Amino acid sequence: MSADPKVFLMGEEVGEYQGAYKISKGLLEKYGPERVLDTPITEAGFSGIGVGAAYYGLRPVVEFMTFNFSMQAIDHIINSAAKSNYMSAGQISVPIVFRGPNGAAAGVGAQHSQCYASWYASCPGLKVLSPYSSEDARGLLKAAIRDPDPVVFLENELLYGESFPVSAEVLDSSFCLPIGKAKIEREGKDVTITAFSKMVGYALKAADTLAKEGISAEVINLRSIRPLDRSTINASVRKTNRLVTVEEGFPQHGVGAEICTSVIEESFGYLDAPVERIAGADVPMPYAANLERMAVPQVEDIIRAAKRACHRSVPVAAAA
Amino acid sequence: MRRFLNHFKSKTIHRSSWNSCTNESHPHHPIATLLSLRSFSSTTTAQNPIQDSNHNQAIDFPGGTIKFIPEMRFLSESLEERIPCYRVLDDNGQLISGNNFVQVSEEVAVKMYTDMVTLRTMDTIFYEAQRQGRISFYVTTIGEEAINVASAAALSMDDVVFPQYREAGVLLWRGFTLQEFANQCFSNKYDNGKGRQMPAHYGSNKHNYLTVASTIATQISHAVGAAYSLKMDKKDACSVTFFGDGGSSEGDFHAALNFAAVTEAPVIFICRNNGWAISTPISDQFRSDGVVVKGQAYGVRSIRVDGNDALAIYSAVQAARQMAITEGRPILIEALTYRVGHHSTSDDSTKYRPASEIEWWRMARDPVARFRKWMEGNGWWNGMAESELINGLRQQLLHTIQVAESVEKPPLADLFTDVYDVPPSNLRDQEQWLKETLEKHPQDYPENISV
Repeated sequence: MSADPKVFLMGEEVGEYQGAYKISKGLLEKYGPERVLDTPITEAGFSGIGVGAAYYGLRPVVEFMTFNFSMQAIDHIINSAAKSNYMSAGQISVPIVFRGPNGAAAGVGAQHSQCYASWYASCPGLKVLSPYSSEDARGLLKAAIRDPDPVVFLENELLYGESFPVSAEVLDSSFCLPIGKAKIEREGKDVTITAFSKMVGYALKAADTLAKEGISAEVINLRSIRPLDRSTINASVRKTNRLVTVEEGFPQHGVGAEICTSVIEESFGYLDAPVERIAGADVPMPYAANLERMAVPQVEDIIRAAKRACHRSVPVAAAA
Repeated sequence: MRRFLNHFKSKTIHRSSWNSCTNESHPHHPIATLLSLRSFSSTTTAQNPIQDSNHNQAIDFPGGTIKFIPEMRFLSESLEERIPCYRVLDDNGQLISGNNFVQVSEEVAVKMYTDMVTLRTMDTIFYEAQRQGRISFYVTTIGEEAINVASAAALSMDDVVFPQYREAGVLLWRGFTLQEFANQCFSNKYDNGKGRQMPAHYGSNKHNYLTVASTIATQISHAVGAAYSLKMDKKDACSVTFFGDGGSSEGDFHAALNFAAVTEAPVIFICRNNGWAISTPISDQFRSDGVVVKGQAYGVRSIRVDGNDALAIYSAVQAARQMAITEGRPILIEALTYRVGHHSTSDDSTKYRPASEIEWWRMARDPVARFRKWMEGNGWWNGMAESELINGLRQQLLHTIQVAESVEKPPLADLFTDVYDVPPSNLRDQEQWLKETLEKHPQDYPENISV
């Protein structure tokens, strides 16, 4: 925001209240009410206004209190933001960022817990990013704001409270990450695990346990869901010959399905085992804690899937 | 919530409570008060805080003082009298006495009239082209030429227009050529939209006219966003959006009016209330007194105008523009008119409305004829000028269609560009594969695709 006066933030409670999760802390004080806008409670309203402002020269950052509420505004995200550059033959670019927490938090039920990664990632015209660590959040958000195309930026509520070590390079004001590049968080040789957002942490924990049992897992933090870094994924699978995809969203037409297709198209001959897909349960999120736990992937699920892929058979039934 | 919070930002703190105007003290920390919602520290009327002795008569509430009354009085669902409609010319094109309007010069008036006739002639010929199967779709503006052209004439070129799809006249006024219209409808390689939009879904950055969106009413909130941008840049311009009576039922209309009021955005909302949303009459669309009354509920200044009176539209839009820019406020204009044509080439409107109704509006209330009578009364137009104009236009338009039809279609590369600013690798790969396939199997693909 200090680098470009055209950048402004709008959404519910982003100003005086400093964001429902305090993500915009201090911004109102620093940049004033013209650039940090508290809006009426109308997702379709402020998304539409944001798109219009982007059509005409500004660079809005639109916050959804949760991406579940972006459903009220999806027409502006898909029909307006994603398609206008194409429909106008390049006359209208839409440099806008839609951001906010996505996916499951804890104990907030079906209408606060859905992952929208595969929804937005299926739409040409959009870029979809999902940070895991502080480094990701800083580098990717800056990239998103500077990008000339509309970006959907999927954060995670539980990660807001988590701390990560950061290097001096990351803290430097010039730090930025490229869009469309995955990060290999941990190198390995026996099985590739792809994940994004909170599931990267789970995948790393699973890799720790697997290492103790002699399985070397390579963990890929996707960072960018669209464009998808197919070459990094395929290069890894060609090395490990096994793949486990992890996501919190629903399994059908999910991010894992797309990754699986990419690997089958490009690296089928390298696969030594069927691809394992770990995803959320195919039900709306239940509220009760015991059921909720059953509905989202756990570290143990990833460990079991990796072992199955490595022919250390664990029957699916044993999962329960 | 922004309004409430703004009150807390005020330096002058007055104490007044929710229930009555006692001097009970409350914490003024914004968050604490936001959550408790018990007191409003400062309102626009709080310069004269109400004394304790009056606390049974009124409440000091954000937005002003509200009187208490003993009667239980529900607001009526309608006003006793419908909102009147501003007009300058009567049905015979005569100035109504006592009117106030913005005088139009002969030069501007002639261009307005010429553009209205051009628009109607273009509509007639392009519509016929669709009936002949030469283009897939078309939508006419017949009966609404005055709203199109007179509003465009009252605006400046710097004002940004967010159209629906029945405002080609605005683009015509701004200099989009007949050949450009034809190229778009025939989606040839000179179409400035690269053949990506349905016919009559024009757009041109050069003319500050945003590409038409088929989704109804989304352009209304986009206009507010652009107005906010103009305001931040302190430009001497406003944004203007058009929509129909049907569009006013979309959530976007309501969100946009509310946001425009709250953000004090310089935007003009022009509703073409033409009586019909495809086959839905306005009696099935809403039960309010049209659209104009909705402005007040959102705190938006509003006017109802005779949409078939070019001078009234011109005057109202010019006044609205002035207020929007100098006062930093949105304005709603409801133009009463009638869709004389079918909704589009996809329907036959005589199946759902009486032909006599269409005929009456076409003959007795024609906006073009009314303006012409006024022009003739001023000695600015005559029968000879009329026949010259019509004949020339028909020939010119038939020629543009022939040219547009003979030009080749957009190249294959146009399928892939502009999805993103820079095409990602998967898109580049797809384009490459397609080119290779075309080269390998030319006999299986149509000849009219240029790589």
